[in-house]
Amino acid sequence: MSAPVPEHPIHVSLADLSVQFALGRPLFGKPPMVRAVDGVSLDIPRAAFFGLVGESGSGKTTLGRAILRAAPVTGGSVTYRDAEVEYDVGSLDKAALRDYRRRVQLIFQDPYAALSPRMTVRDIIAEPLEVMGLTTSREETDERVRDIAARCRLNLEHLRRYPHAFSGGQRQRISIARALVARPRFVVADESVAALDVSIQADILNLLKALRDDLRLTILFISHDLSVVAHVCDMVAVMYLGAIVEVGPSRAMFAQPRHPYTAALFSAIPSLDPDERGRGQRLEGEIPSATSVPPGCRFHTRCPFARDRCRTESPEWRQVAPGQHVACHFSEELAARMNRPGRRQT
Amino acid sequence: MAANDPALPLLSVRNLSVDFRTDEGRITAVDDVSFDIMPGEVLGLVGESGSGKSVTAKALMRLNPGNTIYAPESRIVLRDEGREIDVLALRRARDLMVVRGGRVSMIFQEPMASFAPAITIGRQMEEQLLLHTGLTRRQARAHSIDMLARVGISDPAKRIDQYAFEFSGGMRQRAMIAMALSTRPRLLIADEPTTALDVTIQAQVLDLMRGLVAEYGMAILFITHDLGVIAQMADRVAVMYLGRIAEAGSVRQVIRTPAHPYTIGLLNALPKVDDPDAALTPIPGDIPSPLDRPSGCVFHTRCPQAMPGLCDRRVPLLAEHAAGHAAACFALDPAEAPA
Repeated sequence: MSAPVPEHPIHVSLADLSVQFALGRPLFGKPPMVRAVDGVSLDIPRAAFFGLVGESGSGKTTLGRAILRAAPVTGGSVTYRDAEVEYDVGSLDKAALRDYRRRVQLIFQDPYAALSPRMTVRDIIAEPLEVMGLTTSREETDERVRDIAARCRLNLEHLRRYPHAFSGGQRQRISIARALVARPRFVVADESVAALDVSIQADILNLLKALRDDLRLTILFISHDLSVVAHVCDMVAVMYLGAIVEVGPSRAMFAQPRHPYTAALFSAIPSLDPDERGRGQRLEGEIPSATSVPPGCRFHTRCPFARDRCRTESPEWRQVAPGQHVACHFSEELAARMNRPGRRQT
Repeated sequence: MAANDPALPLLSVRNLSVDFRTDEGRITAVDDVSFDIMPGEVLGLVGESGSGKSVTAKALMRLNPGNTIYAPESRIVLRDEGREIDVLALRRARDLMVVRGGRVSMIFQEPMASFAPAITIGRQMEEQLLLHTGLTRRQARAHSIDMLARVGISDPAKRIDQYAFEFSGGMRQRAMIAMALSTRPRLLIADEPTTALDVTIQAQVLDLMRGLVAEYGMAILFITHDLGVIAQMADRVAVMYLGRIAEAGSVRQVIRTPAHPYTIGLLNALPKVDDPDAALTPIPGDIPSPLDRPSGCVFHTRCPQAMPGLCDRRVPLLAEHAAGHAAACFALDPAEAPA
């Protein structure tokens, strides 16, 4: 056996990635274009629990789908690296795409809709192995299914049952086992705990963390719930209207957000302290349509600190603290004012 | 309009039990629930799926479906200008109007499903004003435009002639609130009103609701699964689990010094943004199916403090252990708990 190739520390890189969709097909002229993802550059380190947050319409799901090759890459590139392969995801040939689909998997949001009611749990989990032809015998398939089911803390007795017999939390564990049975290296978890009750959600989050450590997975964790992200993710990217406005280590970012949008998102989380009612800054208005992205800084229409420069000049992407990058002209100047007003530091 | 006696509860619910007849048998959704809402008070009803919080709310407006069975001892009393209205005894549709848009209004989680898609927002707002008030069509329209402006919808005179699909999610929820408040109800039932909204829009809508409560002096029954939202909105809280109230008290008591093991478990399972290093402790096990309701204390199957022979046999009753703070748990009862 040859010496193992050292793995590149960056698992997935996005370089100026764009995903555009045509909106409808008008009789005359060009249809309006939705710029769902608009020039995103991002490095996702290997074995990271990487959070992607933003409001609905920010393009976070489309970004995840572009990595999965479920949305068209219309500009820029997605580069995927493992020790033995490096793929340009936008232009994979058929054989490479087959291999890529094994390496990159999706965990769905709704555990009720994601599982076929007519298949046993064993067959649901085994299906990816069979479809991709990864095992040669039924015994091998069963072995793989039992292994991943145990890792996902499923009762092996349950493999013969049908999914209707299971609660939301158990279904989500089945759905995670199915996503991981082909031994992917990179997993997109899109709102994977959003449909679960709080008492169950903590269990699934702890499971995902344990699986990341055991299997050395890289997880792109897409969520609208910032307190969940603060708990599980080691890095966070904040997305607004198709672009990343801030990225950094989650601890540093939650302690001191450097972009006014990040600060506003954090301060909008309802505090558990009844004595902090209505504190914190409020964003006016709603996220604009992705068919008409504002010129200059795309956040200027809602930014409480916007000035003339923000209306015309698009902010540079720059580093403001170790590993923490931001796209804001006035980040340093605003850092003091944005530092989570009204929220106690614990 | 004669004012209500501020010392008497606006609404009293006593021994409310609700069952549903289904193909798989009779299901208990709400089991012996009692609470009061004072005039101008915000009562938070918090619980996970299957806790019975929405069924309780719908019982107040008699919106539960035809297979619903209310236990005979259940009583819901609405006090209105010295009258006591026995809500569960109302039979005719015109009598029910008092709890359906008259003195009681409701806003729902999904405002898209609550507006008729093919009728303009304005028509729908005017309609209910014509039903519940003596306003003319012209006055109703003017009042509706005024209400839309109050909830922060810009250009309301133009917006009022649009359809629900032309509104964004946040605006639809604002319009829903405007519509619910336009008849000046004494009690607003808000069932997960911000759950479908983004956090920034949720913060706007909660601010708006807080302002309107202060201005109109109405009471709110605020139903949510989100303890953060409860902390931001409620004066008092009732925590429900599998159809029963596990704990009730002021919002500070329940969140700062929770007493019932279920409330403690919920708070420990909740990710807190201020303290990301705290471990997340799930409540063991799963929420039991309503077809398989545990005996005794409904929480005993998941409770770390469950006492075999006691908690699985007898039903603990809600008892006050501090002024205004009650919990239904044998472990809190010195007569039952082992020393």
